[in-house]
Amino acid sequence: MTDAPKRTPLYDLHVELGGKMVDFAGWEMPVQYPMGIMGEHKQCREKAGLFDVSHMGQVILKGADIATQLEKIAPSAFTTLKEGKARYTFFTNEQGGIMDDLIVSNAGDHFFVVVNASMRHQDIPHMAQHLDGIEVTEIFDRALVAVQGPAAENVVGGLCPAAREMKFMETIVADIMGVECRLSRLGYTGEDGYEISIPEDKAIEITRAFLAHEDCEPAGLGARDSLRLEAGLCLYGNDIDTDTTPVEASLTWAMQKRRREEGGFPGAARIQKQLTEGAARKLVGIKPTGRAPARQGVEVQSTEGETIGSITSGGFGPTVGGPVAMGYVSASHARPGETVNLIIRGKSQPAEVVALPFVTQNYKR
Amino acid sequence: MTTYYSEEHEWVSVEGDVVTLGITQHAADQLGEIVFCEQKDVGDAFGKGDEIGVIESVKAASEIYAPLDGEVIAVNETLADTPGALNDSPEGDAWIYKIKLAEAAQLEDLMDLNGYKTLIG
Repeated sequence: MTDAPKRTPLYDLHVELGGKMVDFAGWEMPVQYPMGIMGEHKQCREKAGLFDVSHMGQVILKGADIATQLEKIAPSAFTTLKEGKARYTFFTNEQGGIMDDLIVSNAGDHFFVVVNASMRHQDIPHMAQHLDGIEVTEIFDRALVAVQGPAAENVVGGLCPAAREMKFMETIVADIMGVECRLSRLGYTGEDGYEISIPEDKAIEITRAFLAHEDCEPAGLGARDSLRLEAGLCLYGNDIDTDTTPVEASLTWAMQKRRREEGGFPGAARIQKQLTEGAARKLVGIKPTGRAPARQGVEVQSTEGETIGSITSGGFGPTVGGPVAMGYVSASHARPGETVNLIIRGKSQPAEVVALPFVTQNYKR
Repeated sequence: MTTYYSEEHEWVSVEGDVVTLGITQHAADQLGEIVFCEQKDVGDAFGKGDEIGVIESVKAASEIYAPLDGEVIAVNETLADTPGALNDSPEGDAWIYKIKLAEAAQLEDLMDLNGYKTLIG
């Protein structure tokens, strides 16, 4: 039996705006609008794009010592996460693999967590099981809207002056059009911007108000994917999964020094060993020299013809103006500047290992 | 000059034993912004139903299937540098191949414009 795809509180608005709806992780979501993926991508890099990310799981954690409890299942530091600050992190398994990546915010009397749409059914029981004495509540009555791009501050700040004062990775509760919303200055496009949690009954009204700004246009999943790829941001299920560790995925920046040294999270033994000795493979940026995009699953070979890895995400980067990809390669070939070959439809195509991201990140630090 | 259409959303226009082949406007619209077109070389021969190229849009790759037997006698080389022409003028300047027809009778298996319009609704 298959469940009918779920709809977010913004569904009717997507249809009205001409969104092309597709099934994504069990949700009926807009993949693009009439402007097209390329236009939406550029809009987000140059002005502001608005994404519905309500399919992601919003979770409230309540109880004593939430930070300490979270450190049992995720390798980031939470006891030093100040009130009003958010942090990118991931759950690890006993083998050091990544179970999901997520954003954790210290909201003062509770913690606010956003997990991937496709993983919410795993993450919520996982937290409920491992966070002793913590009440784990998924909230279903709020939309989540991301406004991303250099004009995001003006778009959001026009309706919520407090937004202008926020720095990257800060979170506040503020009034927007008489409605209490949670704003976090973050997102997953490489641009400055906000994710805004809005009560579902006001979601369309507030989203319309953002879109009324001349610099803000709706953007779909297609642009979201090309934007995050150019920004070198991992997509769970593609670039990271239970077979990849944070060291392999170059995500050790999300593991603060104390946690790296002390361990005390699932898979710490393996992760710490890789931190000391290096991992055998590494996630890198790969730029095809020609025009052919390298999609997920494309084999990466050394110039000697030896298989050294595979592409995990790839496509066309509208800002770069050519194909861009990410993938795992043997540590021996992971240095930027290394020439490799991609086997695209049986033909060997030259490519170069490059440093990520492909575009400069534009956060308001 | 007569133009025929395939169920795979290609068009061929016939002049003697040479056909010009491209993708339809409908196909281009469905694919979205096209960023790459992989073409066969002049002299390559193929049979009906063979994959004779790949068109990549921002999001995905789609194969081009030969609507008839033939041999490539010309390749539209401008598509290598300006694949976006396939969105702008798929039934005009952005033709993909000129093909020497092997079996003229195969044209009868293709649709005329009215048939194609019915197909795409």
